[in-house]
Amino acid sequence: MQVNEQTGFVPTIVAFCCNWCSYAGADLSGTNRLSYPANIKIIRVPCSCRVNPIFFLRAFQRGADGVILCGCHPGDCHYTTGNYYTRRRMTLLFSMLDFLGIERNRTRVEWVSAAEGQKFAETMRSFAEEIAALGPNRRLADLRCREDAEEGRDEHAV
Amino acid sequence: MRYNEIAAAMIARAKELLSDGTVNRVIGWKRGEFCYDVTPAVFETAEELEKDFVYDAFCGANVSKYLIRESEKPGKILCFLKPCDTFSFNQLLTEHRIRRENVHVIGIPCEGMADMRRIRKAGIDGVTGIREEDGGFTVETLYGEERISVYDALAERCLSCKSKRHVVYDELIGEEGEDHPDAPRFEQVAKLEEMTAEERFAFWRGELSRCIRCNACRNVCPACICENCVFDNPDSGISQKAAADTFEENMYHIIRAFHVAGRCTDCGECSRVCPENIPLHLLNRKFIKDIDELYGVYRAGEKADARNPLVDFTEADAEARVVHERGKA
Repeated sequence: MQVNEQTGFVPTIVAFCCNWCSYAGADLSGTNRLSYPANIKIIRVPCSCRVNPIFFLRAFQRGADGVILCGCHPGDCHYTTGNYYTRRRMTLLFSMLDFLGIERNRTRVEWVSAAEGQKFAETMRSFAEEIAALGPNRRLADLRCREDAEEGRDEHAV
Repeated sequence: MRYNEIAAAMIARAKELLSDGTVNRVIGWKRGEFCYDVTPAVFETAEELEKDFVYDAFCGANVSKYLIRESEKPGKILCFLKPCDTFSFNQLLTEHRIRRENVHVIGIPCEGMADMRRIRKAGIDGVTGIREEDGGFTVETLYGEERISVYDALAERCLSCKSKRHVVYDELIGEEGEDHPDAPRFEQVAKLEEMTAEERFAFWRGELSRCIRCNACRNVCPACICENCVFDNPDSGISQKAAADTFEENMYHIIRAFHVAGRCTDCGECSRVCPENIPLHLLNRKFIKDIDELYGVYRAGEKADARNPLVDFTEADAEARVVHERGKA
């Protein structure tokens, strides 16, 4: 479990993983006994291209502090070209979130193949560290979905 | 050409086309309760045209979207398109949403459209008419005539006009204008990009928190053309209702802008109709700017057979981390 040691903040992180690569990569890191933070909640998708920008927003709404999307390396998509579309779509989405003033490091796209169990664990660890350092997601959260809604209200007001 | 001369030529030509049976309807603009609340309207007879048809500096409304429904009806319809409207029309043609054979397009010149909010801001009230004179506008009001410069009266989208050239038409009234591919459309976006994330967040909170979710920006947008809209789906969680909190305000506007990314022609209708005066076009322009910078300059609607950059790719595309690396030396 990744925890911010100064504030005691435990981030919640959603990882969308492609069935054909990073989901198997997560499996491989498990069978290799490599650990990655327990804050990461994996959601399996048939292709990184399945991920609609609304999924990212929805994850933030329901209390995620960081969202990462893992897909096959460009050129290796099971459906030939899905991840190329993902790449353009997510670049624009992240840029828009940044434009609206939401911390840009809360989102990430990584290419992790089924053979890269090591890379999967490292990526997740570094992402969890980054989110733990960033603190809770306030700018793109739905107050009604947070357990600490009452105490967070003042901090949230801008 | 002045607006009153153009309007006279338009009415004359519309009457000709109606009487010789080329078209059976005309879509144009009609005055509402006040001279500045002009709305699109369909005319079927010469008398109606004579009585209600207007074309002046308040005819900012883009009629392309109406042609989706109108071109499905029997008979041909005549439409008048300003240069920037032709981009939207062309984009709809690309997406096979308009039956081209049912539409007769007349390209009309545009000298820029006045923005009533800006005229009011200049202290002019009780407006009853507008005409252009000596390189500016003369505004007729209940209290006499007032002068206002073009710079103070024009809508922001017209000050950075993207083109005076029509990209599609059957015939033209007046002379063809020039394209302005280098118009300073992204100045405000660039200014926002230079701010810190905190400043941007505060800016957009100030703007988006005024949203009353009237959905006018969606309804007017000539690129927002889905039969079943995500915002009408109660299961989407963001269906038509007032935003409950800051998240929903952000979410609606991110999704709205994202759904037209790569297809938005930057006509600026979203900002024109916003009752709360939110600069929504900045969100669209941000996408256009990013697409231009990352995937090559692309002007939606300019060519009817162009490929939308979001359904296209190259192997050498930038990775999403370019966003994270921005601003780092």
